[in-house]
Amino acid sequence: MQVQAMHFKARAGQRLADVRLQQNLKKLAGKFVTARAVAMDELGDFEIIRTEAVRRRDAALAQLDGWLEAFEAEASRRGTTVLWAETPQEASALVVEIARRHQVQRATKTKSMVSEEMALNAALEAVGVQVTETDLGEYILQINDYEPPSHIIAPVVHKDRQQVAELFRREHDRERSEGWENDIAGMAREAREVLRERFLAADMGITGGNFVIAETGSVALVTNEGNEGLCTVLPRVHVAITGIEKVLPTLDDLATVMRLLPRSATGQVISNYFSLLTGPRAPGETDGPEHNYVILLDGGRTGLIGGEFQDMLRCIKCGACMNHCPVYQKIGGHSYGWVYPGPMGSVLTPSYVGLEKTLDLPHAATLCGQCQVVCPMKIPLPELLRKLRERQFDRGLRPRGERALLAAWGWLARRPALYRLASRVGVRLLAALAPDGRLHKLPGAGGWTVGRDLPVPTGRTFRDLYRARRDAQGG
Amino acid sequence: MTVGFFITCLVDAMRPSIGFAALRLLEAAGCRVEVPMAQTCCGQPAYNSGDRATARDLAEKMLDEFERFDHVVLPSGSCGGMVAAHYGELFANDPELSRRYAALQPRIHELSGFLVDVLGWTDLPPSLREDPSLQRFQGVATYHDSCSGLRELGIKQQPRRLIAGLPGVELREMASCEQCCGFGGTFSIKYGEISTAIVDEKCGHIAASGAQAVVLGDLGCMLNIEGRLRRRGDTHTRVLHWAELLAGSAPTPEKG
Repeated sequence: MQVQAMHFKARAGQRLADVRLQQNLKKLAGKFVTARAVAMDELGDFEIIRTEAVRRRDAALAQLDGWLEAFEAEASRRGTTVLWAETPQEASALVVEIARRHQVQRATKTKSMVSEEMALNAALEAVGVQVTETDLGEYILQINDYEPPSHIIAPVVHKDRQQVAELFRREHDRERSEGWENDIAGMAREAREVLRERFLAADMGITGGNFVIAETGSVALVTNEGNEGLCTVLPRVHVAITGIEKVLPTLDDLATVMRLLPRSATGQVISNYFSLLTGPRAPGETDGPEHNYVILLDGGRTGLIGGEFQDMLRCIKCGACMNHCPVYQKIGGHSYGWVYPGPMGSVLTPSYVGLEKTLDLPHAATLCGQCQVVCPMKIPLPELLRKLRERQFDRGLRPRGERALLAAWGWLARRPALYRLASRVGVRLLAALAPDGRLHKLPGAGGWTVGRDLPVPTGRTFRDLYRARRDAQGG
Repeated sequence: MTVGFFITCLVDAMRPSIGFAALRLLEAAGCRVEVPMAQTCCGQPAYNSGDRATARDLAEKMLDEFERFDHVVLPSGSCGGMVAAHYGELFANDPELSRRYAALQPRIHELSGFLVDVLGWTDLPPSLREDPSLQRFQGVATYHDSCSGLRELGIKQQPRRLIAGLPGVELREMASCEQCCGFGGTFSIKYGEISTAIVDEKCGHIAASGAQAVVLGDLGCMLNIEGRLRRRGDTHTRVLHWAELLAGSAPTPEKG
């Protein structure tokens, strides 16, 4: 997926002006935020489970190479071919090569954010493989000329059912009965009918991997639609792609983390479907693929190991941070300009694609801290965003005017006498500018007065008034 | 006990009445309050902008000016969070500063935390409560939790407890009181439109609560919310720091 993060501000502006999108984004708070709160409340001991899950994820990351090798050994022993890719492009090339080797013409795919990093569909289609997205949300985006997902677990959260109905009317050739566009279950059935043929015709199924388990060499997959089962059991070939950070040592670790994943994501106690896939079909077994591959992508992840951003690798991609982020709630996922939106994306995108291509992202947060409060993996997102800001500052990547203002302010704040004089003059000036007590326009203050009046001071600083009062009392 | 009062740059410049309200509360509690005149800023703008060196210098300056007091009190969750929760990291590579800060840190308090958790206030002292010269807001008030106060300092019940005990004031919660108002320091300048959209939602919740005043503990939120309310044409909803509400020094409402 092409990085568009440099256009953050313009994109965010468009999204804010989009009345329909604003309406659609309200679903986030209404649905996910409330549902998560209820689920965590019912769980009761969120903090204890969370601490335990963090401990287990950290233990896996502390010896990542060892656990990955253990996974490779066990998965290989069970007949899975484990492949390694350093870059998203390499990972795509591996999938293309697998398709070629097995003479694949049609592929089905579950939702996979790593495959978005890899721009996999374009790579496969370039060599003549027909790819069908089978997650309902991803399918909707695919038939809308490959619109990118705007959320990592709810890729079409930005659309409403009328928009989906318009798409279906355009893409699906069929008779329509009165009021069909209000029947959500009917629309889901319509998509299923299209998808069923694709499932049955596919030579290759492509999935992500929520986790891979070293102990058993398995790939764990979570969905709500069951499409992961149809992508992995029906076709001859199954390819799972995931990031190298997703390894867990044992099934016990998986069980712990799974207590938090669906609850954090959608507020569900368990997801509708959960698959643990271990190797291809063995002799005598009746289902499963003949060939099974797992591709483990680095894609910049090793660059985070041992550094200031390692905590980010604990992420289990639940989306809770974006659901709860006041900024994401207003601008949606497309504004962030790459695969991962919201607070986690604002840390991951600069880390994976380069800080110079993502100047806005570390600043596109109010640092309110709610993302950290809800993160099941206790990732200190505000702190990581701040560290990215420090890197930008050190490399002189912020705009010149901003740096100059900050430097001038810093110089003044270190010089108390001058600072006092400046604030004394400043508040009088402000007061003089706005006789009615508020400024409607303030040059130099950027966007402050686009939507707000600035309440102005009465004209004297606290310290001046305090000194005057003290002098008066002291006689 | 002597209390060093960290006025904070925004209160100093923008709304001195909050400072005087805070002084009235602290004096009513029997504290001897001093305001070091050389104080400037806690360094948070630099810290959040990535300018670590300036943030560290200002943190050291704060330490120099305030470590001699029994307690340090700030009328702001945001600056309080900076001073009480983030300085440690800035001093991490300096053992001497770390040692001095470790001695001061437990004595740094946001004002409502100080009154309730340290001094054990459950209600206003009679001297304040029954002072006929104080003009105090009467009516329905709703409380907005500031992000830093809430999440970095655990300020939640303290101001509510004090407000709820005021005669003539009904505390009525708004929806999503813990949701960020969209201020975020320089965020509100850099991304004014996004920030406006966020604070607009907050204003909607305030209006829906039916309160005549929104009460909070952070000047950043205050400027942001008041600024948006007025731009929306709401000239009647008062925006008050809770210390102003308690100490009765609220400014007269704006004329429409």
